[in-house]
Amino acid sequence: MKTIEIKLKINNEDKILRVKINERLVDALRAAGYKGIKKGCYEGSCGACTVLVNGRPMNSCMIPAASADGFEITTIEGLGESDNLHPLQESILETGGVQCGYCTPGFLISSYALLKSNPDPNMDEIKRATDGNLCRCTGYVKKLEAVERAAKKMRGDK
Amino acid sequence: MKDKKTIKNAPADKFESGAPLEHKDNFKIVNSSIKKVEGPGLVTGKPMFTDDFEFHGMLYAKILTSPHAHAEIISIDTSKAEKLPGVKAVLTHKDLPRIIHTTAGQGYPEPSPYDSFTLDKKVRFVGDRVAAVAAETLELAEEALELIKVEYKILEAVLDPLKARAKGAPVIHDEDEARMIIPLAYDKNTNLAAHAEMSEGDVEAALKNSERVFEHTYESHYAQHCPMEPHVCITHLDPNDRLNIITSTQVPFHTRRIVGQALDIPVKRIRVIKPRIGGGFGGKQEMLIEDICAALTMKTKKPVRLEYSRHEEFMSARTRHPQHIELRTGMNKNGDLTAIDVNIIMNTGAYGSAALTVLCNSASKVLPLFNKVKDIRFYGDSVYTNLPVGGAYRGYGATQTYHAIGQQVDIMCREMGIDIIKFYKKHHIKEGEGSPVFQKMGEGKEGVEMKIGSCGLEKCIDIGVKEFGWYDKFNKKRVEGDWHYGAGMVCLMQGSSIPEIDMGAAYMKINDDGSFNLSLGATDLGTGSDTIFAQMAAEILTVQPADIIVYSSDTDMTPFDVGAYASSTTYLSGGAVIKTAEKIKAKISKVACEMMKTTEDDLRFKNGIVYSASKKEKVSFKDIAYYTLYEKNQFQIDASASHITHKSPPPFSAHFVYVAVDIRTGFVKPLEYLNVTDCGTAINPKFAEGQCEGAVLNGISFALSEEFIFDKKGRLLNTSFNDYKIFNAVDMPAVKTILVPTYEESGPFGAKSVSEIGINGALPAIGNAIFDAAGVRMFSGPYTPNRVLAEIKKKMKK
Ligand code: FES
Ligand code: FES
Repeated sequence: MKTIEIKLKINNEDKILRVKINERLVDALRAAGYKGIKKGCYEGSCGACTVLVNGRPMNSCMIPAASADGFEITTIEGLGESDNLHPLQESILETGGVQCGYCTPGFLISSYALLKSNPDPNMDEIKRATDGNLCRCTGYVKKLEAVERAAKKMRGDK
Repeated sequence: MKDKKTIKNAPADKFESGAPLEHKDNFKIVNSSIKKVEGPGLVTGKPMFTDDFEFHGMLYAKILTSPHAHAEIISIDTSKAEKLPGVKAVLTHKDLPRIIHTTAGQGYPEPSPYDSFTLDKKVRFVGDRVAAVAAETLELAEEALELIKVEYKILEAVLDPLKARAKGAPVIHDEDEARMIIPLAYDKNTNLAAHAEMSEGDVEAALKNSERVFEHTYESHYAQHCPMEPHVCITHLDPNDRLNIITSTQVPFHTRRIVGQALDIPVKRIRVIKPRIGGGFGGKQEMLIEDICAALTMKTKKPVRLEYSRHEEFMSARTRHPQHIELRTGMNKNGDLTAIDVNIIMNTGAYGSAALTVLCNSASKVLPLFNKVKDIRFYGDSVYTNLPVGGAYRGYGATQTYHAIGQQVDIMCREMGIDIIKFYKKHHIKEGEGSPVFQKMGEGKEGVEMKIGSCGLEKCIDIGVKEFGWYDKFNKKRVEGDWHYGAGMVCLMQGSSIPEIDMGAAYMKINDDGSFNLSLGATDLGTGSDTIFAQMAAEILTVQPADIIVYSSDTDMTPFDVGAYASSTTYLSGGAVIKTAEKIKAKISKVACEMMKTTEDDLRFKNGIVYSASKKEKVSFKDIAYYTLYEKNQFQIDASASHITHKSPPPFSAHFVYVAVDIRTGFVKPLEYLNVTDCGTAINPKFAEGQCEGAVLNGISFALSEEFIFDKKGRLLNTSFNDYKIFNAVDMPAVKTILVPTYEESGPFGAKSVSEIGINGALPAIGNAIFDAAGVRMFSGPYTPNRVLAEIKKKMKK
């Protein structure tokens, strides 16, 4: 199988990845150690593989890795560390919005993108921003609550 | 004297108008919503799941599946596939021992028929296994599948469960080996996979004497579990040539046993490791892919990874058993239910996984709710068809039967002019009461007689009526343009564990710093059980949950547990944790006495420190650990304990839903959904609420959109999330959960189960709400626009 080299920025670090020409971005990133990205369908319909591509949340299973040359990617690993959690990560633990946790990285990335462009979203906006992130465990209630809560924290509201 | 304290189950503030519940324990850690112990790892995307493991030289497996619903394999030619560079193994039925087993992840002896082979010369549904390949890459494995030539002799298929037992119907399991291993009804020659029945009193006479008899037929439909993480496992040989299986399973110990059986490998040669699981819902209570992956490792001596694609999850994994339910009930003028007669034909698909037990639970988790009824009959057949295979699925038979009985109660109450709220309050089983059904319906053997120790259903109903505004919404005939609004409700029960059958065990030891390792066979499939076990142990040892390092589960390292199913983990394995922690505490006491030269009645435990009341001295757990590990009379403070249960106390729940029906299109929009649930003490209220919410939304999605669509030859057509619609954040109604505390004396800290019950309500409650809104009765799910519109049109014609 033919491989090519792509240069990209992942979580603010410059990276060079050697990828197969038919490889999908999700697999290339996972192979490079970004295991936080999950795969739930491999056909663009579950959102488990969501990463930020040049600031926009996208399903990385639908992106040919070879086309990602020059991209800026943010994965869940770029959000926060376990001893320095992002408010979204902290909030979703506080509200009990993580059950199995398989959908969580994708959901958090979509929410992160939302809060960057809209620091004070209403519930409808939160739902619409995350409706591509399927979750079978939680019934969404506590996850959506977490985004509201994180937004508040980030705005510095009480 | 210990303080009295109200159990602070979630949003209790508004509802403390009634007498607050008091009991003897003053909980510190239990009954509080601490954060998930493994939470930080999960939210930062640490490698925790099966597919995150990497092995050098790992091969990728793929399974060739049957395109036919029923066929014999005349010949398989694998030569071309084998020659493909990079292909390391191809397996067909000729390469494996022919050992019959069941894939159902149940205790031994399994009450499911032995009717499966790892690979067979016959295929019984579209998606059944034909051959398996291991290759250096996934693409190569996929390519290899296309090079396998199979010649089939196509057989007539059974695609209608109601005709499965008809004379002359094709026999699906005509192999000699198929059998039940315990003496239970099984007749493969007439496609009977299992049978269950019971009767109490005289149903016919009671119906005859009733004011009205109601007779309706209900269909509850197929569904897929759709865990976000598909089935996935990695098998490899360790340096001692033992077979290691890393797998996303709810049942590691059963999986070890069944893989050993199916491949004829001694259990001592197998180790099953369960890492983090990405959801299961019953679908991973099954030895589904581990045997074939292991067989490929045995053949190649290499690590092999096998993961189902989403398409394969739909085609080949387990499903909710569809049921055809004929229900007769009688009612008297005053609204008393007089008799219940249930007849079920359950479609178990091509194999009989949980074919009996799901059926039994259709009775045992439903009928006792109406324990005032003296005359009850239940009769059910589980039949083989050439369709996808049923299996365990959250709700486990109860979901199916509540669809029928939950709507029939509404029908009866409406037609007899009875208030459904009053009906449930009068008829439901109460504390101190029993039901003959408990004793008559076990799981493969007699059940266990049981009196209800805790029941908060009446309170659930009262709170729900008020919070939901039931009387402002029900029967109000609100119409806005094409939208017709209506409300429906239903009451539910489930169980907690399988009494006298299932066992869970725990092991604990102290570390130098006074922390503890707690190892369990119990499997946290996302429910948060690892966290609540830490809470339980911490409560007893007066430490923080962070001082308890929970590890589950690994068949080499952790004690046995049947696994996560039957709503058992909190109630059953929790019992083992409590016993173990108590034993540890006793050992610590003994050492503390030795160290402080005092007696046990003089000791007080607080925050991981043991105080001598008389001597004003203290030793910390760390001091005790150092003393026992390094100083004197050294020994490891450790303990293990096992737990079985003698009853299966039901959680209870009342569900209320408000919907809008577009009578022009038949589209049903759920607007509000309230579930008020009694799960005893919620060990972690937020987790318990989360269980309710997840189950409720899965139920709503099942009721409104999830559907298997087959072609005429039994092939499932909608095998992706694009055409099998599960609810997302935008689709959901406003879902609210209220936990009503009770105290279940037989449970850990008063707890009962909570994970399954919530899925049972949506099908009947929404059905009732649709009737309230549009005047049409939905006897078959799901309530898709097509189906609802068809009923509306029928009604308009009349
Ligand atoms: S794996 Fe990419 S959307 Fe599902
Ligand atoms: S938490 Fe399990 S899928 Fe969302």
